[in-house]
Amino acid sequence: MSMAAMLLLTVSFTNAQEKEKMSHEHGDMKMDHSTMKMNKVNNPKAEAVLADYFMLKDALVGDDSKKAAQAGTKLMASLKAFEITSYNKEDQKELADIIEDATEQAEHISESPIAHQREHFKQLSIDITDMVAITGTKNTLYEQFCSMADNGEGAYWLSLSKEIQNPYLGKAMPTCGEVKSIINIP
Amino acid sequence: MKIVKIIVLVLLVVFVGIQFVPTVHNQSERTPKADFMLVNDVPKDVKNKLQISCYDCHSNNTQYPWYSKIQPGAWFMENHIKNGKEELNFNEWDTYSNRRKKSKLKSIINQIKDDEMPLSSYTLIHRDAKLSENEKKEMIQFMKQLRDSL
Repeated sequence: MSMAAMLLLTVSFTNAQEKEKMSHEHGDMKMDHSTMKMNKVNNPKAEAVLADYFMLKDALVGDDSKKAAQAGTKLMASLKAFEITSYNKEDQKELADIIEDATEQAEHISESPIAHQREHFKQLSIDITDMVAITGTKNTLYEQFCSMADNGEGAYWLSLSKEIQNPYLGKAMPTCGEVKSIINIP
Repeated sequence: MKIVKIIVLVLLVVFVGIQFVPTVHNQSERTPKADFMLVNDVPKDVKNKLQISCYDCHSNNTQYPWYSKIQPGAWFMENHIKNGKEELNFNEWDTYSNRRKKSKLKSIINQIKDDEMPLSSYTLIHRDAKLSENEKKEMIQFMKQLRDSL
């Protein structure tokens, strides 16, 4: 009995550590121990959203606007299929807001030229990062940043690999950027 | 020569015919509580510009000039208004979540910066809706402030 309690405490402690790492736009994150979220969870619907996000990201890295548009359409579908009912009320509201906005971004991406797709990808990346903060993910993710993106205002994106492949500048400057934080440190 | 006369006649009939096709009128007397300019403290100059350059397509109340009542002009307008309101409706501003407001503001800033809004087809006819460089700067600055405050 107490072993399980110890284990839970350890996991929730590392959970708290992980969440400290995600700095931007997460100022209002509260640790709600009544819901005891594990980090390396497998929420298949969240993973489906992430998979489509990464497909989109890779398309932008390769300057492939058509592929990016297709990924945008796929992402709209996986966002629609996402279920929020297993989360607490506060998280449900936040997730609903995230999905609503992310869907709009994905829709724009599915029908725009590449410059616009990249503009919307910036906001989409914020939405998906905020989603992962609530749902957790089974993989290690790298939050990366390029200060030259978006006309010098800078922009973030999520990546499955530590290696920098820039979706905002594409082939013009593929390695511009740095890792800012890691989700699920390996 | 006869063929020209026939073509002209057909065109005339079509032109008169399409005048009878009904169009949806985007007009509303009230300014809802959720309106952008009621909810935010908007400086006078920006307010004016928003009204003249943006609100026709991005609100529930369009100012219809005489030529917009003639087809096919009315159709084009109707289409613009429908799409515009779907994208962004300033009258419904406060119904958007904070996240969405921020997103919309980013889009507004980008669209004005890139000269994509107001539409050139719109400013061609509504000369006063065109934004000068200064007006663009002012509007962008205000939108940026608002975005950062959310």
